[in-house]
Amino acid sequence: MLTVLGAYSWINIRFLLEGAWVTVLVSVCSIILSYIFGIILGIIRYVQIKYLSAIVGFVIDIIRNLPLILIIFFTYFGLPNIGFKPDPIWASVIAMAVFESAMVAEIVRAGIVSIPVGQMEGARSTGMTYWQALRYIILPQAIKNMIPAIVSQFISLVKDTSLATIIVLPDLMNHAQIIYGQNTNYTIPMFLALAVMYFIVCYSLSLLSQYLDHRLGTAKKSGEVEEVVQSVER
Amino acid sequence: MISIFQNYGGALLYGLGQTLLCSIIALIFALIIGSGFAILEVVPNKFLRIIAKVYIEVFRNIPLLVITMFFYVVIPMYVVEISGFVSGTIGLILYSSAFIAETVRSGIQSVDPGQMEGARANGLSFWQAMRYIVLPQAFRYVIPPLGNQFINLVKNSSVLAFVAGFDLMYQGNVIASDSLQSMSTYLCVGVLYLILTLPLSYYMRYLEKKLA
Amino acid sequence: MKKIISRIGLLLTLLLMVVSLSACSSSASQKNVLRDDKQTKTITWGVKADTKLFGLMDVRDNKIKGFEIDLAKAMTKQILGKDGKARFIQVTSQTRMPLLRNGNIDAIMATMTITPERAKQVDFSRSYFDAGQAILVKNGSPIKNVRDLNKNGDVVLGVVGSNSVQNIKKFAPKAKVLQLTDYSQALTALKSGQGQALTTDNGILYGMSIENPGYSVVGGTFTKEPYGIAVDKGQGKFRDAMNNALTKVEQSGQYNKLLYKWFHKVKGFDFKGAER
Repeated sequence: MLTVLGAYSWINIRFLLEGAWVTVLVSVCSIILSYIFGIILGIIRYVQIKYLSAIVGFVIDIIRNLPLILIIFFTYFGLPNIGFKPDPIWASVIAMAVFESAMVAEIVRAGIVSIPVGQMEGARSTGMTYWQALRYIILPQAIKNMIPAIVSQFISLVKDTSLATIIVLPDLMNHAQIIYGQNTNYTIPMFLALAVMYFIVCYSLSLLSQYLDHRLGTAKKSGEVEEVVQSVER
Repeated sequence: MISIFQNYGGALLYGLGQTLLCSIIALIFALIIGSGFAILEVVPNKFLRIIAKVYIEVFRNIPLLVITMFFYVVIPMYVVEISGFVSGTIGLILYSSAFIAETVRSGIQSVDPGQMEGARANGLSFWQAMRYIVLPQAFRYVIPPLGNQFINLVKNSSVLAFVAGFDLMYQGNVIASDSLQSMSTYLCVGVLYLILTLPLSYYMRYLEKKLA
Repeated sequence: MKKIISRIGLLLTLLLMVVSLSACSSSASQKNVLRDDKQTKTITWGVKADTKLFGLMDVRDNKIKGFEIDLAKAMTKQILGKDGKARFIQVTSQTRMPLLRNGNIDAIMATMTITPERAKQVDFSRSYFDAGQAILVKNGSPIKNVRDLNKNGDVVLGVVGSNSVQNIKKFAPKAKVLQLTDYSQALTALKSGQGQALTTDNGILYGMSIENPGYSVVGGTFTKEPYGIAVDKGQGKFRDAMNNALTKVEQSGQYNKLLYKWFHKVKGFDFKGAER
């Protein structure tokens, strides 16, 4: 009992919360970046611009099929070769953003494909250009369909930040390891704290996703997108 | 890059083998456990549904690394000695089974409820109807997403590097520090991962198109 | 079919680009670390944060503390003057070499042994601490020295990128070596029974045995591990400045004070041999 109390002393809790803060910071930054870039890349991949779309599509496929740890190594050890020296926090943000952008791009592409062709044809026949139709008719519907899938992707992102401990990102996982590394009796309490903290963040995001799903009334017709969700969830 | 393959080819291939082995073992068990919980999620008994729901939500919302480290660090301390490879594989099974359960459940629910009702009307029990009528149809729907789960499994198996599981990523780390050429080594490792995942990923997309 | 060929073509172009990129990186660096550091009044050190006595993260104030940290601070003052600042970046045995060569850090002071292989990649200062490799086992373990590990193929734990894992292959070729990502992971693995012994330099092991009375260092040292400060190739002036600073710190008696501060509680530590 004493060891449990010792494990959850204010000093340790504060140290864990400092780690949790880094986890949240890295997650939020990379969520924003990957949302923006993911949508742009997804559209580029969908619209079939000669060469560009093929290249973007291929790069997305490569990134999607590599383990995230490898991408973290590439950003941390590789980026300095082109003159940018990120610290572990930036390296993680960039790695996460690159990886998740590719994931989101795939969701966006599938989301656009799931909109019936008639929508585009109808919009074009009322005199809209291709880009106008995409911007005002297709995308708003597609994004509505995609939101649950994108939120689940972001849940994965939060969990995946733990992998960046390998480059000594001072996140929740790393700080917990430091604490139980210095006192073995704290091992189980630390794992419990880790599980609870990650669960709270991720489960509230997943409740948000269910709420949005319900609110947007996409629960029924998003069958096709749900398949995409399954395919991107890690 | 070529020199890495020449000098450390054997170690890399061994790592590739371990990654594949661990992924296949994890896929088989995760498929069994995942399908089990997927069925529990749709049975009439509310208590069983809650158990399934709790299991799935817990393992979906905790990082794989935390689960794996738990089995590597805590279980041997108090229960039984297990190696890094085994603890990594157990972590992968538990984590992936939660996702597979969700995939299979959506497959089961996409089968027309009339199928179940018809089967029950013909005198089959719930389990018989599930086994012979609903599941075979559900699996047809879920093959592409399951393929994608397998790709994720291969990628996620890289957590074995944290617990000295001798997988491809672990061998990559060891070779990178031995040869002191980290970028070239990790490029080699990347190519090997792509050999496993990329063809599968294209095949699954082809299947998706064909089934749609 | 056409699509497949174009995909393969793309892949090859991409590979070529990446390979040429990584080839560029191996060219010698043009920068002058000593001049840059004098301008910014800061030296960026790569240090350990998981190694008791040398560099350990203090949970209470989130600062790294240890012998190497204090020595690095003292040397920074010698090189840059009174207002020189030392910046510390946490490294592991796995990340320190790439980080130095990429320029994220100016120098490594992270329990790094001077070896001929490493000297091909980086320049070393002269040794600032003489360690030797040893093994840490649970009290009452049948393993008394490194030879015992060879008898029945025991599992030895080490850290990725440390040279102790290479040495152990020479002294106990039958032992199976597991390499973990850092020392706190390796120690946790030893306590979990993932291996029968943990091997690394005695200084690090002493730090572990202070915190964990159930474990002890046995058999004495079986290699010589002089720790050096590593700087990037082509930074000869920076290395000379390091050597001068080290000499001054030693002559002023500051070195021995730091040694006493960190190692006076350690049982079995050879003070007379380590003093400068």
